[in-house]
Amino acid sequence: MGLDVLSLNYTLSIVMAGSFILGISSGVLSSFAVLRQQSLLGDVISHAAFPGITLAFLWMMTKDPLGLFFGALVSGWIGTLLVKSIVTYTKLSMDTAFGIVLSVFFGLGIVLLSYIQRLPTSDKAGLNSFLFGSASTLLLQDLIVMGLFCFIILVFLGLFWKEFKLLTFDTSFMSSMGFPVAKLDMLLTILLVMAIVLGLQMVGVVLMSAMMIAPAAAARQWTSHLGLMVFLAGFIGLLSGCIGTLVSNAIPQVSTGPMIVVVISIMVIISLVFAPHRGLVCNWIKGYYHRVNIRANSILMNMLLFSESKTDPYHCHQLSALVAIGRGPSLRTMLQLKRQKLVQNPQDDLWGFTELGYKKALTLKKSLYSQSHEH
Amino acid sequence: MSIEQLSIIGLASLVSISCSLCGVYLVLRRLALISDAISHSILLGIVCSFFIVHDLNSPLLILGATLTGVLMVYLTEILVASKRLKKDASIGLVFPLFFSISVLLINLFAADIHLDQDSVLLGEIAFTPFRLLTIWGYNLGPASLWVMGGILVLNVVFISVFYKELKLTTFDHGLAAMLGFFPAYLHYAFMAMVSITAVGAFESVGVILVVALMIVPPATAYLLTNRLFPMMILSIVFGLASSLLGYSMAFYLNVSIAGSMAVMTGILFLLVFLFSPSQGLIMKFLTFQQQRILFSTNMLLIQLLEHEGTKTEKTENTVSNLIVHMKWTFKFANSIVSYALEKGFIQRHDDRLLLTSFGREKAKRVIVMDA
Amino acid sequence: MVKPDRLTDLECAVVVQDLTVAYKEKPVLWDIDLKIPKGVLLAIVGPNGAGKTTLLRSIMGMIKPAAGNVAIFGQSIAAKKRSIGYMPQRGTVDWDFPTDALDVVMMGRYGHIGWFKRPSVNDKKLSLEALDRVGMADFASRPLNQLSGGQQQRVFLARALVQDADLYFMDEPFVGVDAVTEQAIIELLKELRNQSKTVVVVHHDLQTLADYFDWVSLLNVRQIAYGSVADVLTPENLKITYGGRSSFLMHNPVIT
Repeated sequence: MGLDVLSLNYTLSIVMAGSFILGISSGVLSSFAVLRQQSLLGDVISHAAFPGITLAFLWMMTKDPLGLFFGALVSGWIGTLLVKSIVTYTKLSMDTAFGIVLSVFFGLGIVLLSYIQRLPTSDKAGLNSFLFGSASTLLLQDLIVMGLFCFIILVFLGLFWKEFKLLTFDTSFMSSMGFPVAKLDMLLTILLVMAIVLGLQMVGVVLMSAMMIAPAAAARQWTSHLGLMVFLAGFIGLLSGCIGTLVSNAIPQVSTGPMIVVVISIMVIISLVFAPHRGLVCNWIKGYYHRVNIRANSILMNMLLFSESKTDPYHCHQLSALVAIGRGPSLRTMLQLKRQKLVQNPQDDLWGFTELGYKKALTLKKSLYSQSHEH
Repeated sequence: MSIEQLSIIGLASLVSISCSLCGVYLVLRRLALISDAISHSILLGIVCSFFIVHDLNSPLLILGATLTGVLMVYLTEILVASKRLKKDASIGLVFPLFFSISVLLINLFAADIHLDQDSVLLGEIAFTPFRLLTIWGYNLGPASLWVMGGILVLNVVFISVFYKELKLTTFDHGLAAMLGFFPAYLHYAFMAMVSITAVGAFESVGVILVVALMIVPPATAYLLTNRLFPMMILSIVFGLASSLLGYSMAFYLNVSIAGSMAVMTGILFLLVFLFSPSQGLIMKFLTFQQQRILFSTNMLLIQLLEHEGTKTEKTENTVSNLIVHMKWTFKFANSIVSYALEKGFIQRHDDRLLLTSFGREKAKRVIVMDA
Repeated sequence: MVKPDRLTDLECAVVVQDLTVAYKEKPVLWDIDLKIPKGVLLAIVGPNGAGKTTLLRSIMGMIKPAAGNVAIFGQSIAAKKRSIGYMPQRGTVDWDFPTDALDVVMMGRYGHIGWFKRPSVNDKKLSLEALDRVGMADFASRPLNQLSGGQQQRVFLARALVQDADLYFMDEPFVGVDAVTEQAIIELLKELRNQSKTVVVVHHDLQTLADYFDWVSLLNVRQIAYGSVADVLTPENLKITYGGRSSFLMHNPVIT
């Protein structure tokens, strides 16, 4: 019994460490993929990596993680090169090239997998887990390889941080300064392939692409600073990875990949709705106050128009008179202005400027006047 | 050949024809990856409808699947319109979510029915002969054949009825809108058509290989022709060829049928990519030298034309100047000059080069062509 | 004013000889000869598709020419990268990129900073100064997507300024910009010129040409005319430049 608990904890800590590594590396790289508008390239690479895994297995006849990762890396890389050459040498568009490479490579992987499954080897069982991902099959040796890849990714990202930032933002400016743009582009793509390959065993070929989009898509809503976005994306990736694997570990028949994707999608939805500045809720509120403000300003302008015909700018008018000259005020807006001490109503239904309100109306008029002359 | 094999081949053919037909428009409209997104999304509809009717053969499944396919497209467009995410990221977010939810639902609630993870990914074309359609006790043969046949008919009807409109909206979206063709409605109708086709094909070849059948044969055909109708015919031919060859490969090597079909579409694409007479890589490589000579000759002719009758003509229009000015090697300059001589564009007097009247016309044509 | 053909190479910031650039089989630029003296404000003018941006990019070594030579301060482009400042068209980047104005300006220092190093305090100081020069000091920490078109253009200008160059290339800096910003930009360009820097600008507006620039190159695949604005800007030359690509063959180049 005691041993069971111990081994469970052992498995669990490996799984958690795995999702930790996965979350960081894919979160960080997803920022660059999304900003470079290469979101769907992740989908292509992860599918294209699949035949590499099966071929590597056929070559070694064991599930040595380094070998499998290497196979995936090479075949994912070949996939991106093929996409590039199809787009360069034919009239086919980028997304058609994506579709071709993705589906044909995956088909090849399936053929090889069905071939492997007929072989009398005992070690083949776990290969299936590369399709939908499985956290429970993760071993310490897998973890070491994942950690190694993640380390390489982070080191390169640190070394070439400013170059990658510029590459993502403005390639033509970068090449004008004499930077080797094509080489840096290749390096960043290789890191992207590494980040994808690293997550395949846990999330699976089919859904890994979501890990290359969602963390960045969520993080982008919270910040307008690249460094912070990359950090947040890493954190969001990590959090979803951990939650997803924990849940799928707790419910045995649930695959890890889909669970992680659902968790991270929820994170994206929360970010889209609730993030400050960019979030939808914030936008609705801003839009509401904007409309209220415009309405209040137009009332002040109308009142100014009225008061210009009088010698006393603080002369009071009936609400119905103010309504008559278009885009009229509602009682609610008037009361609101009164709360802001911009208007006063000494008697029922008689409204006039306060001193503050008159000043504000005059500055409003001035700014409107200068604006219309600028254009 | 046994009746079982025949019905598998028949189904593969029906699937590949239907997919090719849809695919032509997907490729031309640059929506190739939408097929990937749709084929993943329809699973959610299938699973949800299954929980309602508890019958995997109910037509309601097709309806539900089509709805989720269209819903996915709609959601993506909303996300793009919100300006919070770019188009590629929006697509890449919505369909994995749909797909994940459906896989989880299958994991949790449908483990004992035969809608399992593997059949979702790999399809089960091999089981075709064993699921028979029986009406009032009469055996009408494999059910999938009837379903897929119906979908093919639907495809053909849709494309022939809206041929003109599809063509117009594909090639000139703005004009179509101006002429009142409601490209948005047609777009959604087309997306529904793709979803229906994907549902039918999904059962046979699985979620991802649908994409191979939809995208690769039309892309292959597009490398051979620019015209719509021949492209449709060609992509049907390529689709059929890959399913037949794929089936034979699977049969002889005893591997996955669906996977083999996808690999075959890829092999055919690769062959055309390499050997196509107009777009092929090898042809391009062979004509590269030719093009270089043509371009260099054009450069030579324009150079001669520009300096004709100027003060500097005697120094500019010489072979030795070409070597300095164009950074050509002595050998290359000579080969271009002799090519131009051979074509009758120029005359050579020792080092000096003069245009013939034919060459002058040609040079002017080259310039005008650029306009 | 000195005539272009009397310029010695020593007086020139840029010497372009017989430059031809081709895309596939078609010439985009044909046989361009251009001597840009130090300390002038030069406009490159021509219709759409005349090869203006291509000329800029080939001078900066971003495009490999089919024929011809470019020398910058008498040396190859590669040797003189540090003395070039560049302001690309505003539309070439994604302004929803998660960063702020100061960070974009700082990118102008990357060429000076070197590999593996971070921008120093001094780089930041220089960038803030550049932002101040374009009147954007208050917007240093403003996210990019909250800047107006004119403000974005000013940020790009500041980024070019912070490159601390002797020779500036600017691609359509006045496009999509309000009148105030346009004035501010041209004042700065004139200031640069007065500090004997050389500024080459791709320009669209013939109306402002004489007010803004000293020299002009009329371009339509070939160079139609080149020289001081007063000499070059004749109705005849403009007709050739804007009269379609075939018409220029009928005329010999005008070098005044």
